[in-house]
Amino acid sequence: MYGKGLRPLSIATVAMLALSLSLVFFYAPLDGDQGFIQKIFYLHVPLAIVALVGFVVGGVFAIAHLRTNNRKWDAYSYVAIHMSVIFGVAVLVTGSIWAKASWGHWWVWDEPTLVSFLIVFLMYATYYPFRYAIEDPERQARYASVFAITAGAFVPLNFMAVRMAQSLVHPRTFGTANGGLPGEMMLVFLCCLATMALLWVTLVKFELTAKSASGQVKRLRRALDAPTPGAASRIAPEVS
Amino acid sequence: MTSSRAAFAAILAKDLRSELRTLQSLPAMALFSVTTFVIFRFGLDRTQLSGSLAAGVLWATLLFAAVLGINRLFVAEREEGGFDAIRLAPIDRSVLFSAKAAALVIYLLALELIAVPIFALFFLHDLGGLLPLALILLLADLGLAATGTLISSMAVNSRARDLLVPLVLLPLVVPLMIAATGATEPLLALGGPGYHRFGTWLMVLGLYDLIFGLVGYAVFDFLLED
Repeated sequence: MYGKGLRPLSIATVAMLALSLSLVFFYAPLDGDQGFIQKIFYLHVPLAIVALVGFVVGGVFAIAHLRTNNRKWDAYSYVAIHMSVIFGVAVLVTGSIWAKASWGHWWVWDEPTLVSFLIVFLMYATYYPFRYAIEDPERQARYASVFAITAGAFVPLNFMAVRMAQSLVHPRTFGTANGGLPGEMMLVFLCCLATMALLWVTLVKFELTAKSASGQVKRLRRALDAPTPGAASRIAPEVS
Repeated sequence: MTSSRAAFAAILAKDLRSELRTLQSLPAMALFSVTTFVIFRFGLDRTQLSGSLAAGVLWATLLFAAVLGINRLFVAEREEGGFDAIRLAPIDRSVLFSAKAAALVIYLLALELIAVPIFALFFLHDLGGLLPLALILLLADLGLAATGTLISSMAVNSRARDLLVPLVLLPLVVPLMIAATGATEPLLALGGPGYHRFGTWLMVLGLYDLIFGLVGYAVFDFLLED
């Protein structure tokens, strides 16, 4: 039931990935100051945008869960946040590599964008211990939804506050109208953005399908009175 | 159906009376702040603070003292059946959120009435910045209370209660701390209080208070469902 469309989605994602990477390496012009190193921008920024949007989407699913009381929305919210946290790790790693290559430091504190993203990432990382500290599954789902909504409201506020606190060295590529990005770079960037979004959707769908399948297996096992292995897996939200 | 205002007043009065009788949170918070100031005196090896260092020491201490109070906020409700009473009473359940947040604001203000003069005594040589500081303290307390009440109510029903509050609360109050320290730093500067971007920071604080107050009020009902 959940797996419908997963195969075409995966194929599309792989195709887009191949297209984007070829565009990045063979089509996109070299940047004036940074040269070849700048190309990591095509990976780093789309990952960051998709991760942040993913967090907000997790909050939206959480609102749906609280309004309809249907546990599937909670599972969607959990998986959305899960995937965005993983993308967040990728953002921090690619960002550090770019920082080291172009500024000489793996991490700098006087960059509002870096600090905001780190704070958002740390906050969503607390989602897991918070969730698993609550034993009753229904309460766990409800509280997790409340957390996801609060955290979703927090993301824009955090970016605003941190940006106001400091000066900028982090490239404000999209600050002025149409950025400062020449046409070809913008095309490659948009292609990479679409690819990362597609990748996120595919991975989320994949995880939901896997959870659904294991949920069905568990139900069958219980119906057959067969032993269920792995008690630890019961704390993550199930999809039926 | 009891009016929300009457319910709010009743719950707030109950909380304040209970705190006055048992004196659980307030002395601990105040004592913690003073001891932390002493630790900072030795840790930083300074007897005078100004500017960003003063702002940092003051706000970090107030924040951690607040966490102590926030940890204990809903404990009585959980242990004495207060949550069940609220569920049964014919009132709007979000009133518990507003009443608890108001109680927390009062505790924080009481804490600051003790901690800030002692901070000034220990570290400040120029007291000119203290009056505008009061305004920042008030706005920050409102935001801290809103977020703290929300997180506290979520954590009180979980297993690792005392660990969860600092873990989840601290990232959430970072924008609040940025704005509070940003406004405090020029106030405690060496040459006398400055008001660099004071209005902007006040606006950020107000925005934070508004957003988290509303979010907390809106979602609290779902937290009380059984």
